[in-house]
Amino acid sequence: MTINRNLGLGLAFVALALLYALPALAPRAVVQDLFGILTLLVLAMNWNMLAGFAGLVSVGQQAFVGIGAYAMFAAIILLGLDPLVGVLIGGVAAAVFAVPMAFFAFRLNGAYFAIGTWVVADIARLGISQWKALGGGTGTSLPKGTAKEMAFVDQIKAMLDVSSAAAADALTYWLMLSLAVAMLVASYVFLRSRMGLGLQAIRDNENAARSVGVDPVRLKALVFLLCAFGTGLCGALAFIQITRVTPDAAFSVIDWTAFVIFITVIGGIGTLPGPIIGVVVFYALQRLLADYGTIYLIVLGCLGIAVMLFARRGLWGMFTDRTGIDLLPLGHRPPQGGRVTSPTRRTA
Amino acid sequence: MPILSLQSVSRSFGALKVTDDVSFDLEAGEALGIIGPNGAGKSTLFNLITGNIAPDTGRVLLDGRDVTRAPPMERVKAGIGRSFQIPQPFGGLSVYENLLVAARFGGGVSAADAPDFCMDILSRTGLGAVAAKPAGGLPLLQRKRLELARAMATKPRVILLDEIAGGLTDAECVELVGTIRAIHAEGTAIIWIEHVLHALNSVVERLMVLNFGRMLMIGQPDQVMASAEVREIYLGIEA
Ligand SMILES: Nc1ncnc2c1ncn2[C@@H]1O[C@H](COP(=O)(O)OP(=O)(O)OP(=O)(O)O)[C@@H](O)[C@H]1O
Ligand SMILES: [Mg+2]
Repeated sequence: MTINRNLGLGLAFVALALLYALPALAPRAVVQDLFGILTLLVLAMNWNMLAGFAGLVSVGQQAFVGIGAYAMFAAIILLGLDPLVGVLIGGVAAAVFAVPMAFFAFRLNGAYFAIGTWVVADIARLGISQWKALGGGTGTSLPKGTAKEMAFVDQIKAMLDVSSAAAADALTYWLMLSLAVAMLVASYVFLRSRMGLGLQAIRDNENAARSVGVDPVRLKALVFLLCAFGTGLCGALAFIQITRVTPDAAFSVIDWTAFVIFITVIGGIGTLPGPIIGVVVFYALQRLLADYGTIYLIVLGCLGIAVMLFARRGLWGMFTDRTGIDLLPLGHRPPQGGRVTSPTRRTA
Repeated sequence: MPILSLQSVSRSFGALKVTDDVSFDLEAGEALGIIGPNGAGKSTLFNLITGNIAPDTGRVLLDGRDVTRAPPMERVKAGIGRSFQIPQPFGGLSVYENLLVAARFGGGVSAADAPDFCMDILSRTGLGAVAAKPAGGLPLLQRKRLELARAMATKPRVILLDEIAGGLTDAECVELVGTIRAIHAEGTAIIWIEHVLHALNSVVERLMVLNFGRMLMIGQPDQVMASAEVREIYLGIEA
């Protein structure tokens, strides 16, 4: 089992190295394609933390994508800042917005929480549509050449010997890839920490968790804020590449939340590798069914429902159940060996 | 100063007065037993002490500080540990992890000390052998032990035990009494709700009788058991 696990981790590292090398190896279209996939992956990782680990089934994640994107546009167009600084501002703006949103949504339970987050996201969309300096309801574009003038683009251009546009794509791609890696590492570290243990206790029995000292609201609010930050960063970064923003595109519940839920559920909600598996499946299906329009969405929906009914922890959950291999186990093993109070010393 | 005081605490569920004007003090390190018929309001009294239920009127004081409105997690950290009558394990976590949560949050035990601290409690409560097992799969008796162990892991100064001796064999019961005595000997105050009277009376220094939410009597166990009123309520129950 440990051999399998090491093999799995080894393969993961090779895949990661290949992904980082990609802009030097593959044509620009492939890099752009993968950028889109990584965007969905980061969003799915965030949603998985919320719904899969903190029990917060949000249907309003598009609020953070939209606010992240618009804050980034404002930083560039109104303040004249570098787009990369704009991305950071996008993350911070989303986290700030999450505070009042949490105050409202945390009063609601279960399905009402989901609906509440959706409503708040739509209010945010309507609010942003009133922002005349950023084009109101029709949106706006990044000034021409913004991406090419980003920090580091010149160096990358020289290093890869490509056009400025391709270098900008490589930069945003590397940033999104790094964001995904950072999300994965941060989630793992967080879930293995004291707070992660508390979160798992809450998931099992909130009443008992409170009785052993865990504060559910505080822990959930923390996850909500952190995921808003991650989602905001992701949204801002995504729209550097898209270069044009409208309220409808930036706050799209289908693009930024529905697909993301599908990915997480298919791959394995409440497991760390789940979103990665899910995004691969999603991409494959999208490729396979791209020409069929609506049918594609219907197939996605049916598949999602089937997984929810027959494999509640998704493909990854099914895989770990069958094989016993878990690449990123979250458990804490009891200490063993050479202890005064060894478990066998006392007859139960 | 008493470690815990209840002052005229009352609570109703609809028309049913489940806790009716209950007042008592618990001294640090004291062991108090609570008996009473089914539905007398014993478990509800625990919920009022821990903050899982709020009283309609009255006050709960911990070290003289009013905690009537404080949530459970605050009271655990202040030193009130509890077990649930119907065990509420964290089913997806291992037995060891169940204790780890309690130790790290309620007990304030450091990451470095927690593993040995938890294993020690598990071996004292006879759960050492199942430390790595998922708590959700334990049989009832072990779930009850886990309730005791998890309450111990919150490092309580007052530990509330709700019917943990029911269904044990004589030998197991003797072992449980030994464990509870040891907790008591370390200076932890105990409030123990129990129908197994011989076990209860071999540990506690005072005994309270609840009936229809009212405190019928509180005093030395032998005097309480000798009272005619209590005998009437407990007619047929062997001491
Ligand atoms: N949350 C609640 N809502 C409504 N009624 C409740 C609630 N909790 C307890 N009760 C009722 O209050 C009464 C006292 O319950 P409680 O659990 O405190 O009794 P108990 O003395 O612990 O009994 P037992 O010996 O059976 O454990 C019972 O009639 C019970 O049905
Ligand atoms: Mg009870």
